[in-house]
Amino acid sequence: MSRFDWLPGFIASLAEERVAILHSDPNRLAPAHCLLLDAEDWDEGTRVASASGFRWAGLWGDQIGDRLRIYTVFVHNGDYLVLMTEVPLQAPVLASQTPYFPAANRLERHLHDLLGVDFQDHPDTRRWTRHCAWAEDVYPLRSDFPVGGDSSKRRSSDVDYPFGRILGNGVNEIPLGPVHGDITEPGHFRFQAAGEEVLSLEARLGYTHKGIEKIAVGRDASGLARLAGRVSGDSTVAHTWAACMAMERAAGVDVPPRALHLRALFAECERIANHLGDIGGICNTVGFAFAQQQFGRLREQMLRTNLTAFGHRLLMDVIVPGGVCRDLPVQWESIITPQLSTLSRELEDLLDIIDDHSSLKDRLDDTGSLKAELAQMLGVTGYVGKASGQDFDVRRDHGYAPYDGLEMQSPCRTQGDVAARLQIRADEIRVSLNLIDKLIYSLPIGPIAADWPQSVHSSVGLAVVEGWRGEIMSFIRFDEDGRVARFFPRDPSWFSLPALEHLVLGNNLPDFAICHKSVNISYSGQDL
Amino acid sequence: MSAWVFTLIQALLYLALAPLLAGWIQKVKARLQNRRGASIWQPYRNLYKLFAKEARMAHTASPVFRAAPYIVFAAIWLAASAIPLLTTDLPTAAMADVIVIAGLLGLSRFFLALAGMDVGTAFGGMGASREVFISALAEPAMLMAVFTLAMTAHTTNLATAVGDLLVSAPFLRPSFLFALIAVVLVVIAETGRIPVDNPSTHLELTMIHEALILEYSGRQLALLEWAAQLKLLLFATLLVNVFLPWGTAQSIHPNAIGIAFVLFVVKIALLGVALAVSETLLAKMRIFRIPVFLNMALLMAFLGLMSHVILEVGA
Repeated sequence: MSRFDWLPGFIASLAEERVAILHSDPNRLAPAHCLLLDAEDWDEGTRVASASGFRWAGLWGDQIGDRLRIYTVFVHNGDYLVLMTEVPLQAPVLASQTPYFPAANRLERHLHDLLGVDFQDHPDTRRWTRHCAWAEDVYPLRSDFPVGGDSSKRRSSDVDYPFGRILGNGVNEIPLGPVHGDITEPGHFRFQAAGEEVLSLEARLGYTHKGIEKIAVGRDASGLARLAGRVSGDSTVAHTWAACMAMERAAGVDVPPRALHLRALFAECERIANHLGDIGGICNTVGFAFAQQQFGRLREQMLRTNLTAFGHRLLMDVIVPGGVCRDLPVQWESIITPQLSTLSRELEDLLDIIDDHSSLKDRLDDTGSLKAELAQMLGVTGYVGKASGQDFDVRRDHGYAPYDGLEMQSPCRTQGDVAARLQIRADEIRVSLNLIDKLIYSLPIGPIAADWPQSVHSSVGLAVVEGWRGEIMSFIRFDEDGRVARFFPRDPSWFSLPALEHLVLGNNLPDFAICHKSVNISYSGQDL
Repeated sequence: MSAWVFTLIQALLYLALAPLLAGWIQKVKARLQNRRGASIWQPYRNLYKLFAKEARMAHTASPVFRAAPYIVFAAIWLAASAIPLLTTDLPTAAMADVIVIAGLLGLSRFFLALAGMDVGTAFGGMGASREVFISALAEPAMLMAVFTLAMTAHTTNLATAVGDLLVSAPFLRPSFLFALIAVVLVVIAETGRIPVDNPSTHLELTMIHEALILEYSGRQLALLEWAAQLKLLLFATLLVNVFLPWGTAQSIHPNAIGIAFVLFVVKIALLGVALAVSETLLAKMRIFRIPVFLNMALLMAFLGLMSHVILEVGA
């Protein structure tokens, strides 16, 4: 099956609906294909994309002078299609995509909050990222807003966010967070419950809004890579890789093969460590502390190996624009190999214990089920999607280097419950261990980084990688001086949070803890 | 006179030993998870720390909220000191009645649930509803199990019953085994241990007992935690002294008391190990499985009662 063999069909159906394609460009955001539409045709174009069964995968805006350029990404058969349009900054009105793609809801609200795009027919006009402390007419990502912030228009903070409520006899409303009892990110959850049964759940984020998109502006490439590594601390490798890949595509830099192998090695180490921590965490939420301790120990050993071999426990800042800055240590056979063989042996023992545990099984099976149709509609990727029949893995289906040269397996299950999400993590660890083996033994010889070009002019780049949570997307635009003019990282959590809100319905309140842990959302990845 | 002094000593002994049992269980659990774990003295340090801290109050707190920790602590301590710890020969033996003890524990639970709802937070109300839900199921099972013993000993007085059991070897009776299983299940539910509740959780939505004391701080929290530890020791003592009474002194002779103390510590320590093992092996159950769990306790207690009537009375 060749790339984009479905595109002519899609373009034909656009033409049928009289949607004018102003420009069709396979190179601008390569390997994604870019179509420029008129703003008037946005609604129609989205409808055709929805009818074609595409997955909605992202939305961002970019201010260029007095115009706003809006990008949205669709995925079909592992190919990425970007629809682009422009609206004037003075009247930035655009049709909402949410009626066709529920997944677009929060990213559209995010875009409205930061750049002031007015989405017509959006079902939810409440704020998302920009809390009430910001005045109504302040859009912090516009270029006239100072980077240092402007407190003159500051108002009192978010106290009366209108959560959806369910009224009725015996229905009670339970607020959870944003301050939690354990070490976790700040996020607010509002439950409507009848006794112990969850009737509805609504999340409220924005408490870790850091202005990442704003402070990215004006950075050089290496400064941006460091920033990208801090979008979500546990996905530092994946986000840095996505940002670097986007910059390299924009600047036309060829990364040496050895560097690509090492990047994949780091990404797999990150995936394993996080999955280990999560499996333990899921068991701990139902009081099975043994698993928490043992998987925590395995994760810790992994992190220590990272420290010894590559100089950072979480592998932060080891990926740099043009390559990597840490090579495989010469004594890797005494550092990494024994660690990995111990890990794979002990992992199987521990997974057997979990499998055989009926009291644990009772809690995991059928808890927090996410149906395949819903997962597809919400566009979830990663372990949440793979546990609900969404057989998609960027490494396998979009084939970026070095994975395109390796035989890539990707697990997929259909049960969609907590147990399936746990099993997918275990399967992914096995795949990653296997990959690491292949990566190390096929490691090409050569330099580990390419020189970053002196001059990069007004170019854009888009990259997609498979982070441990799922598909991570990164968009970069350089200005004429080679400085970053726009950076947008799209974490998979944008889609798994709505999935959590759905899959918890009908469960008991105490089971929220295990559902939440099994989905493990990054709040920081969304609170840009 | 010395009997009263010894009663006081025994009551103080409850206070002194309660954190140790909690620390011991924590330690054993840690070892079972291949961890070194905190020192077994850690609960004492925690109590010391909390007593030294300032107690903060919610603005909406009423006097009920302020008074509840003292009432809860006093009621549980009083109930504990009525249960024969080392000897049955004490002046307080007269009030060591199962019904009285159940009443005192009920009183403490009543005030704890009130306090949980008092400040008006969602978690307090949720915890109160769950706590009452569980105890409403646990109490009948507890009483029925105890009545099985009472029918053998012809009294609901624990001191008399223990004394009576020491004379007649109780373990040969099937009714006792059933009652023992029932009491163990009830104790796990009443003291908020895994698989019913997880005392070490930080996840508010999963809490039962912890949700009730979420709004407390400083010395009031210390009292409530101490009360929870006392309650655990109370039930542990009830278990070992009623079902394994060997060694319990029937006088306050120093030698008998000494032997009783050593045996008591050994029995409690073993019980602690058993509890830690079961908590390591089990995950917490779904909240609506708890009725099934407690119905099992009730069934066991009922079987105990029936087997007493059918097998033992005529024999």
